[in-house]
Amino acid sequence: MLARRIIPCLDVRDGRVVKGINFVGLRDAGDPVEVAQRYDEEGADELTFLDITASHERRNIILDVVARTAETVFMPLTVGGGVREVQDVRNLLNAGADKVSINTAAVQNPDFVRIAAEKFGSQCIVVAIDAKRVGRREAGDRSVDLSAPDSRLAPVSGLPSPVSAWEVFTHGGRNPTGLDAVEWAKRMESYGAGEILLTSMDRDGTKEGYDIELTRAIADAVRVPVIASGGVGTLEHIYQGLTAGGATAALAASIFHYREYTVRQCKEYLLERKVPVRL
Amino acid sequence: MIAIIDYGMGNLRSVQKGLERVGYSAVVTRDAAAIEGAAGVVLPGVGAFGACMENLQAYGLIDTVHRVIDRGTPFLGICLGMQLLFEESEEFGPVRGLGILRGRVVRFRDQPGRQVPHMGWNQVCKEQAVPHLEGIDDGAFVYFVHSYYVVPTDPALTATSTDYGQKFTSAIYRDNVFATQYHPEKSQAVGLKILKNFGRIVAASRASIPGQETPAKC
Repeated sequence: MLARRIIPCLDVRDGRVVKGINFVGLRDAGDPVEVAQRYDEEGADELTFLDITASHERRNIILDVVARTAETVFMPLTVGGGVREVQDVRNLLNAGADKVSINTAAVQNPDFVRIAAEKFGSQCIVVAIDAKRVGRREAGDRSVDLSAPDSRLAPVSGLPSPVSAWEVFTHGGRNPTGLDAVEWAKRMESYGAGEILLTSMDRDGTKEGYDIELTRAIADAVRVPVIASGGVGTLEHIYQGLTAGGATAALAASIFHYREYTVRQCKEYLLERKVPVRL
Repeated sequence: MIAIIDYGMGNLRSVQKGLERVGYSAVVTRDAAAIEGAAGVVLPGVGAFGACMENLQAYGLIDTVHRVIDRGTPFLGICLGMQLLFEESEEFGPVRGLGILRGRVVRFRDQPGRQVPHMGWNQVCKEQAVPHLEGIDDGAFVYFVHSYYVVPTDPALTATSTDYGQKFTSAIYRDNVFATQYHPEKSQAVGLKILKNFGRIVAASRASIPGQETPAKC
């Protein structure tokens, strides 16, 4: 049986793991290769590096980090952050990444996703979607009402009552795009994305749990795997993302990073609740 | 020395590093003479079937693969490197494959609740005793990422099967050829064990050929 995946995420800047809240107050949290090895020993299913290096000149440092990691850790490795051109994809794959994650560049130039998928295969093209709740839209209405208030707490009932809507943001959640997240996910799938990495910007960093409704909406809309991200504070949150949320993989950073839980503890918790995982 | 065929498709470095980790040196090469002279050959591959065949053709390596397999050189195919051994694939095709083994490569059909690509860790069920799988438990998890799978004409080729809404052939074995749909180089301890078994088979095969050097102890 196909196991649900647990994916620790490492934020990397200038070749070091960093931690902070909303990219503020970053502090050094170790050598990415060493952290990767720890997650490997704990039984992580994949690793994701998010490169948040600010200066363009220092961006090649991530290639060395990827290469050194791939020499010692034999599991799938995804790298995202600043992937804008075919050459970026090629460089990362050559360094030892198995997948690259494309976010802002996909919004700016959707054809980039198509070209990258055709060139390197859908299996290595992950499209990262940062989504924020923007209220509700009428069922079947493809437009998003950006003026609507945040109605996170409003009940959701059957059609044709209003359904929730989320907007795609870029640049770490700063820039609205006007794109509806569900429609965007479907479009990216049709362009060749092999996987969707879905982050709720409302939940990211809050430890309140994934936006389950968002995760379910995207998971139901596409046939490619969806990785839930943003907001994990407890193991129950991961359980919810993989069950009610319909995600096939769960990504988390801080709970693993600060050793609140090990990956193994997480998997034991899931297995007790009949979620198929690899121990 | 093990040769990993470099035809511009996929993450070759991981295969090389994986073999090195378990004590066997490997070169990544597209030099036909180096491949034909190697004690063992790995054909990896990621991407589209047609593109892989085109690249093998462009680098003049199709005959090379045929020759090393005909000659009995221990051969490991990984992912696309397994699919290419068969007669044809329906991926953007039909597209002709190497035709070393009889059978076709087909896509996972639409099925409610089944996502394609089949991506992640799934279990192998051993269908026969194969030296490459020594020490691997029945039901062990390995890493997959693919949308197509092989259907060998002769079901006896199947070394392992895997369940993904249906049972499919996840590894094949015939004489000197062992090939996996999954990625040993991405399957942590289980995968490294498979690479180590392959390295040992290569070393033993080399030792059994008169006039060949004795391999270094690993």
